[in-house]
Amino acid sequence: MVFLPRYIHKLVTLIGVSLLLALPLTSQAADLMPSVPKGKGEQCVEPTADMRKNHMEYMLHQRDDTMHRGIRTSKHSLKECIECHNAPGKDGKVARVGSKDHFCSSCHTYAAVNVDCFECHADKPEKTQYRHLSKGSH
Amino acid sequence: MNQDTDMNRRRFLGQAAGVAGLTIAPGVMLYEVQARPADQAVSSKVRWGMLIDTSKCETGCTDCVTACKTENGWGSTETKSSAEQQAQWIRKVKLTDKQTGHVQSLPLMCQHCETPPCVDVCPTGASMKRADGIVLVDKHICIGCRYCMMACPYKARSFIHEPLTDQKPHAPRGIGTVESCTLCVHRVDKDGTPACVEACNAEGHKAMYFGDLNNPQSEISQRLKQHGGKQIRADLGLNTGVRYQGL
Repeated sequence: MVFLPRYIHKLVTLIGVSLLLALPLTSQAADLMPSVPKGKGEQCVEPTADMRKNHMEYMLHQRDDTMHRGIRTSKHSLKECIECHNAPGKDGKVARVGSKDHFCSSCHTYAAVNVDCFECHADKPEKTQYRHLSKGSH
Repeated sequence: MNQDTDMNRRRFLGQAAGVAGLTIAPGVMLYEVQARPADQAVSSKVRWGMLIDTSKCETGCTDCVTACKTENGWGSTETKSSAEQQAQWIRKVKLTDKQTGHVQSLPLMCQHCETPPCVDVCPTGASMKRADGIVLVDKHICIGCRYCMMACPYKARSFIHEPLTDQKPHAPRGIGTVESCTLCVHRVDKDGTPACVEACNAEGHKAMYFGDLNNPQSEISQRLKQHGGKQIRADLGLNTGVRYQGL
């Protein structure tokens, strides 16, 4: 890019920027992007960026600890993820796995990564009301 | 190991024993019962077991089975499977002495053996025994080969043949994996008692006892000491965690 004449460089940058701005405005593009539902509470158990990249590692570690050693801390447990991220809405309805409103499904469908957890695990909290009080809108 | 180290070791073990149990009279120890914190692993100091008094177990009563179904969400969930294929974590068995006509009834479930044949035969390590004696299936690594089902002398395990939904969050179960009584491990880890025992006591039958077999002061150990308790198929030498009284 640095070897191009200055005006071409400017033009390319302009086109790039306008395309980026236009992308979220088109309805088609918005449908394609995952619409991740907001979780309960203020903050996830780890920083969001870390969770996006490493949630499977945390859960795998917790899974073995719980299963084989009986360690039942709630920090990285799938059950707690579901309690917070798939709590029932104000209308009392809970998103089911496979629907784009389900926290896990919304991203996993977008990334085309199959998630097997819910063949055995519950995809919604057992109780309709989450036990912690939180300021979260969802 | 030289003699000094050996003596130090003996002294340490002596002190450790002193901490573990306070002797209040010769042969009587006062044990401190403490709840295990959630972040601490289970230890082999405890061995969970169950005692079933068959003389108090009524024929036709299925309170324990119903409680297990409700707690763990099995029964009537597998709609496409045949009766033989449906899950059965606990069942009532009726024994009739053909000569005398004497009838006995008892609940039968995973016996939580000390040397479980299901663990021996598992090719993946999914069938496993926790340090505290609870025998479980790690469904994450179960490949559904069902060797454990064939190895179990108590026919305690079931295989799930169809996709399931709406499982209990504390009792995950699903297609292609083997399952059995977990001794309500999710309750035990929170200092609770298995649902079947709780239901049996709540209904006033008092035929089931749950507790630590390693603790001589526990009710189950005291009862076993006083009345004895039989193992089903004791000839196999599996040292089962579930014992029966009055058989």
